Amino acid sequence: MATSDLAAESGSPVRNALLAIPAAYHSTVETARRKPLGAVGGVTALILIIVAIASRLAILPVPDPYASVGDIFLAPSREFPMGTDVIGRDILARVLHGTWISLYVGLGSVLIGITAGFVLGITSTYAGGFVDLAFQRVVDALMSIPGLILALAIMAVLGSSLNNVILAIVIGMLAPVIRTVRSQVLTLKEMDYVTAARAIGARPQRIVFRHIMPNCLAIYIIMATYYLGFAIIIEASLSFLGVGAPPDEPSWGGILTVASRETPETGIWLLVFPGIFIFIAVLAFNVLGDALRDVLDPRLRGR
Amino acid sequence: MTTYIVRRLLLFIPTILIVTIIIFLLMWIVPGDTAMLILTGNDPNEGGRVSLEDVERLRAKLGLDRPVHIQYADWLWDMVRGDLGESLWYQTPVIDELGGRFVTTVQLAVMGMGMAFIIAVPLGIISAVKQDTKLDYVSRLIALLGIAMPTFLIAIVVTYVLAYVFDWLPPLDYANLWEQPLTNLQQMVFPALAIAFHDLAFTARVTRSSMLETMRDDYVRTARAKGLTEMGVIGRHALKNALLPIITVSGYQFGRLLGGVVIVEVIFLVPGIGNMLIDAILHRDFVVIQAVVVLVAAVVMFLNLVIDLIYGILDPRIRYQ
Repeated sequence: MATSDLAAESGSPVRNALLAIPAAYHSTVETARRKPLGAVGGVTALILIIVAIASRLAILPVPDPYASVGDIFLAPSREFPMGTDVIGRDILARVLHGTWISLYVGLGSVLIGITAGFVLGITSTYAGGFVDLAFQRVVDALMSIPGLILALAIMAVLGSSLNNVILAIVIGMLAPVIRTVRSQVLTLKEMDYVTAARAIGARPQRIVFRHIMPNCLAIYIIMATYYLGFAIIIEASLSFLGVGAPPDEPSWGGILTVASRETPETGIWLLVFPGIFIFIAVLAFNVLGDALRDVLDPRLRGR
Repeated sequence: MTTYIVRRLLLFIPTILIVTIIIFLLMWIVPGDTAMLILTGNDPNEGGRVSLEDVERLRAKLGLDRPVHIQYADWLWDMVRGDLGESLWYQTPVIDELGGRFVTTVQLAVMGMGMAFIIAVPLGIISAVKQDTKLDYVSRLIALLGIAMPTFLIAIVVTYVLAYVFDWLPPLDYANLWEQPLTNLQQMVFPALAIAFHDLAFTARVTRSSMLETMRDDYVRTARAKGLTEMGVIGRHALKNALLPIITVSGYQFGRLLGGVVIVEVIFLVPGIGNMLIDAILHRDFVVIQAVVVLVAAVVMFLNLVIDLIYGILDPRIRYQ
């Protein structure tokens, strides 16, 4: 096979990628210099995570996001930097708390979804034969239901709550993740070092844990970053449609539901601020994902 | 070629069966009983006022007391015959409502995709031909912005701009495409635009990478060497070959596009299957939800099958993989 020849020539690209991980840590400055856009994305992502944790711990100097604290539909002012909403709650406080909701759902679903995708993908590929064939048909079937529509159907059954949103997103992303993992594992299985390990009598478990899984680490990190953006969008979409976070929760999508029912005169600040936050969060994780892909997996560069 | 078609068709049938099983089981595990839902009018506080005999009678009438595999087989057979059941909320046959709405949704999706194509393909070509120039960066930036804007956010922004600048509000009543085609198209342009924006980002990206790949091919170099103008090289040779993957990938993306259409329909009040689905979810009308999701999945799968077959015809190498 052409691919394995190429890989053998330059050493495993994924192994190179792994070797690049400590390098990326130790010379952050160097990486940031090479990938300025990715560095900006990374710093933004870090700030968002800090904001999320801080607003969860309620240590930010903002009013209670659940309580009405002023007149309704106020424009931004010194007292309310982003104005107030339909019942006089501080938009800044709600948007900041929305960061927690978005990242809680985003990180939760990505960690569970990608990990589950890896376990299922590797198991199925290694099981082979009929099991693998049947399992791939299930993946095909799941792939044919658009992510948002599948998540909507699941939310209809489960009812709105943040943890149910996580479950819905996990099921929505499982099929494409399994597909990607499968193709990666199939490539790795053909690698010379795996053949060598088999030749010296290593059991499949050992091959999976010592050779396959470490070499999937790069693609795990890349996928996690990309799907974080996807998860944030799905959470916001579900909450916008009124089936995601419970209506009182200050999620970005929920705030936008109110904006979409108002006229530009009253709703403009309800649209602008959560909109900007969604945009920045998704952009940051996408840009970071692009940079990570270039650094960790040079084979995919420019795709 | 025949083996290829047969193989693809053989894969198609079990997959669509699995889709129906997944959706059926998903709706079957619903907390609370469908008969209970109907009798209480979806109000959980009404639970106490319903007698158990009534619930049992309705369960028997709807066939919910039978084993799950019988219910599934029955549901599937009804669907094959074109009977999608009766809405729990409106008590009308689902198929009556679904047909017209489905046409509207497909129209919106196709318009959105078409508009995305018209903008994205030139953008991607410029990006590839002028690689690493300012033009390239600008068009890549547009693509990146489109990817980071969820469809519903774009849709709200579009409605705000239209309302603020032109005093335009989404029509409460959409004209029929066949009876008043011009009015209908005018009304559908804006929702289609909202769909196009997100999709064009993706299409531009694919166009760029596909063009970059073909531009490096030998026949492009040959075309240049024999003295063709740059326009001739790009238009006649590079684009023609780059277009195939672009169309294929866009076709596969149709499902993702339908997800966006659902949400745009809600914002623009378009009477398509998206609005029907959301309405059904809010009423916990599981018969309608099942029907819509199966329909969407079937359309996506059918489209993928058609793309695979066309690809098989256009690119003979694929058949032997």
